Amino acid sequence: MKNRINALFESKAQNVLSVYFTAGFPALGDTVRIAKSLEEAGADIIEIGIPFSDPVADGPVIQQSNKVALDNGMNVKLLLQQVKEIRQQVKLPIILMGYLNPVLQYGVEKFCKDAAAAGVDGLILPDLPLYEFETEYKTTFDTNGLTNVFLISPTTSENRIRQIDTATNSFIYAVSSSSTTGAKNEFSQEQADYFKYLKHLKLKNPFLIGFGISNQSTFAQACSYSSGAIIGSAFIRLLADSKDLSGDIKKFIASLRG
Amino acid sequence: MKYTVNDHGYYGKFGGAFIPEMLHPNVEELRISYLSIIESPQFKKDFDYLLKNYVGRPTPLFLAERLSEKYKAKIYLKREDLCHTGAHKINNTIGQILLAKKLGKKKIIAETGAGQHGVATATVCALMGMECIVYMGQLDMERQRPNVERMRILGTKVVAATSGNMTLKDATNEAMRHWINNPTDTHYIIGSVVGPHPYPDMVARFQSVISDEIKTQLTAQEGNPFPDYVIACVGGGSNAAGAYYHFLDDEHVKLIGVEAAGKGVDTGESAATTALGKVGILHGSKSLLMQTEDGQVIEPYSISAGLDYPGIGPLHSHLFDTGRVQFISATDDEAMNAGIELSRLEGIIPAIESAHAVAVLGKLSLDEDDVVIVNLSGRGDKDLETYIRWGKY
Repeated sequence: MKNRINALFESKAQNVLSVYFTAGFPALGDTVRIAKSLEEAGADIIEIGIPFSDPVADGPVIQQSNKVALDNGMNVKLLLQQVKEIRQQVKLPIILMGYLNPVLQYGVEKFCKDAAAAGVDGLILPDLPLYEFETEYKTTFDTNGLTNVFLISPTTSENRIRQIDTATNSFIYAVSSSSTTGAKNEFSQEQADYFKYLKHLKLKNPFLIGFGISNQSTFAQACSYSSGAIIGSAFIRLLADSKDLSGDIKKFIASLRG
Repeated sequence: MKYTVNDHGYYGKFGGAFIPEMLHPNVEELRISYLSIIESPQFKKDFDYLLKNYVGRPTPLFLAERLSEKYKAKIYLKREDLCHTGAHKINNTIGQILLAKKLGKKKIIAETGAGQHGVATATVCALMGMECIVYMGQLDMERQRPNVERMRILGTKVVAATSGNMTLKDATNEAMRHWINNPTDTHYIIGSVVGPHPYPDMVARFQSVISDEIKTQLTAQEGNPFPDYVIACVGGGSNAAGAYYHFLDDEHVKLIGVEAAGKGVDTGESAATTALGKVGILHGSKSLLMQTEDGQVIEPYSISAGLDYPGIGPLHSHLFDTGRVQFISATDDEAMNAGIELSRLEGIIPAIESAHAVAVLGKLSLDEDDVVIVNLSGRGDKDLETYIRWGKY
């Protein structure tokens, strides 16, 4: 079967919206409901975070959601069970995003096999760099039909971007600024110039812009240079304060699309 | 050469550079340039000059006669506690600040647990006129108030890490996040032989002055550069790496690493990583790591703030794995008793970290003519509060 991520980009080249949330947050059992609501609300990709005790690439909002999820009792095994349940009801591509250590302890091969069987399409592991991926992990990912999504940032050299583009077979996650995750209200001129530069590189893979997307204006601006955008911290904040998850998620996604 | 790092930063199966892409340019810049910089004649000249005239090296190798009498061996203390700022930590910060200047960096960040590395970093930043921010767990800031104030007096900004358990691990997370947010003008001075390649190798090289001096001093005092034992405490493992470095390939020199057992290895309140850890990835390298079955990092415990880190450097994991270093542990009680004993027998109040190394002398089957080096990595001034609370003296 064709990977759902590739199928998505074949049919939709613009305004792709990928939404991140942490599994087991705000409550342990919310993962399935949030995923379903995202599909109903019109998101294109669901990114589910595997909580970790030491998320170094994340800002305060996602750190806190990781901590709450772990305190709630979330772990990799339960997460994969929840994904299986989601997959029975949801057709969108599902990406798991997390740090390498919990995957390593679960066992990389077993993790890839179980994730693929549960209906996962891809992985984002920010602390798994290109060299380690290619020497140790790529074969296992490929065998299980999982695509690996790499990050690039404004300090990534063109040469390195091209290497990452070559190693990628889905999309590239373009971090909008030199920062940890976190929502911002607008992009600077420097960021806009960076997005323009990325567009002119004419990479073989589409790229989505993430970090700092929070509202309709940042989403639209990101989409004007790329295939779409990823939203995380702003969505986590919404979940943390929500009394009506599915209603609030629908309103939020509608407001982003404008 | 069995114990040196390869081009990708691996010691056997341990090491590497597991960092978010945002840090790649910084770490890659270091990887490409660190060896050519630190091996250049000018760098060596500057480094040696500061070690001699600022740090006060070489530190003495002192034959501890009363301790020797008690443990029936010839015991020498390598007096790193006499370094400026009170511990071996400054050997590394001098090296890294010179490197940072060479790379054209304008600002320095660091993490600290007990505050010794923070003070050593604040000190060299004052010396070089560089802006400095030190991340410290909020809990550690409360426990180590004098070191916080020392850093502030030196002109450093101390920022509380309020995530997690608010100790060293969390301070390291915050320092890495700061570096992600400030990638171009900032150098991160990591305080131990941990972190992504090339940090473990770089820090080990800067600390290797310890074993280099031991060899010269033993030759003068014993007519032979090789001791029978080198004993050092291991938190992340920087003083141990320095004390072992020039003996690694001399397999007849027995190397002993002492970890903090805390209240006992099996009590759940311990920091004995080789006994309790499994292979894992934290702070950029693959090494032994204390963690749950689900791969969440466990907060370690030791009475000594400098030893309560959940991992050890990848070099040490490799030395453990290959059997080159024998790891043993000492409990809080054993370390405190050893600290008091050293104070009474030799007139030296050691840092509680270093007291762990002294504490295992009775656990080794030493011969009367064995030459034993104990690396006395730091002095006990910072630990007076803990000694006072301990009270049994």
